Amino acid sequence: MANPILELENLKVYFNVGGGFLKKKDVVKAVDGISLKIYPGETFGLVGESGCGKSTTGRAIVKINQPTEGKILVNGEDITIIKGANLKKFKQDVQMIFQDPYASLNPRMTVGEIIKEPMDIHGIYKTNEEKEKRVRELLELVGLKPDHIRRYPHEFSGGQRQRIGIARTLALNPKFIVCDEPISALDVSIQAQVINLLEKIQAEMGISYLFIAHDLSMVKHISDRIGVMYLGNLVEVGDSDELYNNPLHPYTKALLSSVPIPDPRVAKSRERIVLQGELPSPINPPSGCVFRTRCPKAMEKCSQCKPELKKVKDRMVACFLYDGDKE
Amino acid sequence: MDLKKDELKLTPDLFEKLDENEKNAEKIAYESKTYFQDAWVRFKQNKLALAGLCFIIFMVACCIIIPIISPYTYDGQDMTNSNAGMSMAHLMGTDKFGRDILVRIMCGGRISLSVGAIAALIALVIGIIYGGISGYVGGKVDMVMMRFVDMMYSIPDMLYIIMIVVVLEPSMFSILLGISISSWMGMARQVRAQVMTLKEQEFSLAAFVLGASKSRILFKHLIINSMGPIIVSVTMLVPSAIFNEAFLGFLGIGLSAPQASWGTLANDARQIMMAYPMQVVWPVLAICLTMLALNFIGDGLGDALDPKKK
Repeated sequence: MANPILELENLKVYFNVGGGFLKKKDVVKAVDGISLKIYPGETFGLVGESGCGKSTTGRAIVKINQPTEGKILVNGEDITIIKGANLKKFKQDVQMIFQDPYASLNPRMTVGEIIKEPMDIHGIYKTNEEKEKRVRELLELVGLKPDHIRRYPHEFSGGQRQRIGIARTLALNPKFIVCDEPISALDVSIQAQVINLLEKIQAEMGISYLFIAHDLSMVKHISDRIGVMYLGNLVEVGDSDELYNNPLHPYTKALLSSVPIPDPRVAKSRERIVLQGELPSPINPPSGCVFRTRCPKAMEKCSQCKPELKKVKDRMVACFLYDGDKE
Repeated sequence: MDLKKDELKLTPDLFEKLDENEKNAEKIAYESKTYFQDAWVRFKQNKLALAGLCFIIFMVACCIIIPIISPYTYDGQDMTNSNAGMSMAHLMGTDKFGRDILVRIMCGGRISLSVGAIAALIALVIGIIYGGISGYVGGKVDMVMMRFVDMMYSIPDMLYIIMIVVVLEPSMFSILLGISISSWMGMARQVRAQVMTLKEQEFSLAAFVLGASKSRILFKHLIINSMGPIIVSVTMLVPSAIFNEAFLGFLGIGLSAPQASWGTLANDARQIMMAYPMQVVWPVLAICLTMLALNFIGDGLGDALDPKKK
């Protein structure tokens, strides 16, 4: 296989919270040592419940959050220590689509100014006519009318705004886009519109995506591979169809059993796994396997040491249940 | 999960042609309005604020025009006609040196209004830069900068305005310096609060991801979006600066004669208030009406610039 475009090596992002005068600071382990590789032209889906660190992972990749430990390699270069001209190149190559289309566009700028801004920052085009032409092209690419250029964001619907946001990220011809729940703030009727656009762009421009979401059926639809996160850890990584049809990790099983099925007969016959208890606090995660407190198959061993992500059959699973499997 | 394939057969008659209107689904019908056009529409609906704006425009026009077209000057004395009452020759009468009060009030208005406007402007510039940097950089820098503001706040402002004016001799410059030094802290705090809430918004993160520099994010994204509340507090600063200046004039440490502001005019007239009360009424009326008008404008702008009140 080709060289990965993005590689995370034991990435850890911790936040200090609370603390103050004569009070000890707490450390939130938002991302606690995850490693993964994403290849050119591929879509990698990252799923997990709220607060599991999937957004923080995405934000660390675009340098919004500084990693506490570990490496983030983009085209083999560690971006946590990148500077100067290389940093500028990196900002062109790696872009992000945000969750809330109502908050991600500056309300005081016209659509034209918003899409033009990255071109201004990086000085890609010399003259204003060239920029304007490119803006019109981009607007058409995302299915908006070129004469929307002088409109303000508040005049558009959520789906239209999200497409403006996509046009802005495409202005720099990026090679990798972090999609941070790009559809979760949209109406179901609009979601398909945006997903189809993302797929079309990928087919035309060969961009890789890291697709962060909690809508499992949507992630399965768009992703080539899926990673499942729980409390800052990756618990299972695999080909999206395989993982969807045959989950191995107990958490993945529980997560998939919560996906609604549009067929009452199948839905009735299915066994719903309901997890007991609450998501533990990331300030004080359980020892050993972080999932053991809610795992229906927890063993003695789970509290003693942390399971590593190991190759099991066609995928990677971090669970002692599959320890015997040496294939 | 899998749908049974034979249950769903797609035949051409299940589809219909897209209607002509559907093709224009992305079209926006209504006229595009900028933020300030929108605010203007809302501002116009507030009658009190509109009246205040008209009054201020009228006042400014009078202050510019009347001293030019009037046959009298602000310092032209006529001892034969001192302390005259209202007449066609002197609409507001004359003072104890026989100077035309109308012209003196309009010349005083030039000084009072420009002190108000310039002091508010200086406070705005300092406040935006100081508060913007403090809010955007955050952390220790923010702590040190804000403690300095707290320190400045703890000194009664009249104390150092008077000290500055006395040490530097009363003049336009020293009065402006004193008033601006006392009024930028509130502005800085407000800008800081705005910037701190806006910097976590996704559009400023998006600008960061696009590679925008810190100053670009601060000025093009954060400050511009906090302009609404900032403009409102600037319009509130103008009357307080006018009031401070009038207060200094009234204390007798304002501009030196024969120059006059509204405050010094009121102070001069105070001495002969029992005999000629109208001489106090005119400058006080000018101060009151201007402050009232500016406060109405500030209120109206507050409503007009806040999109949540739409």
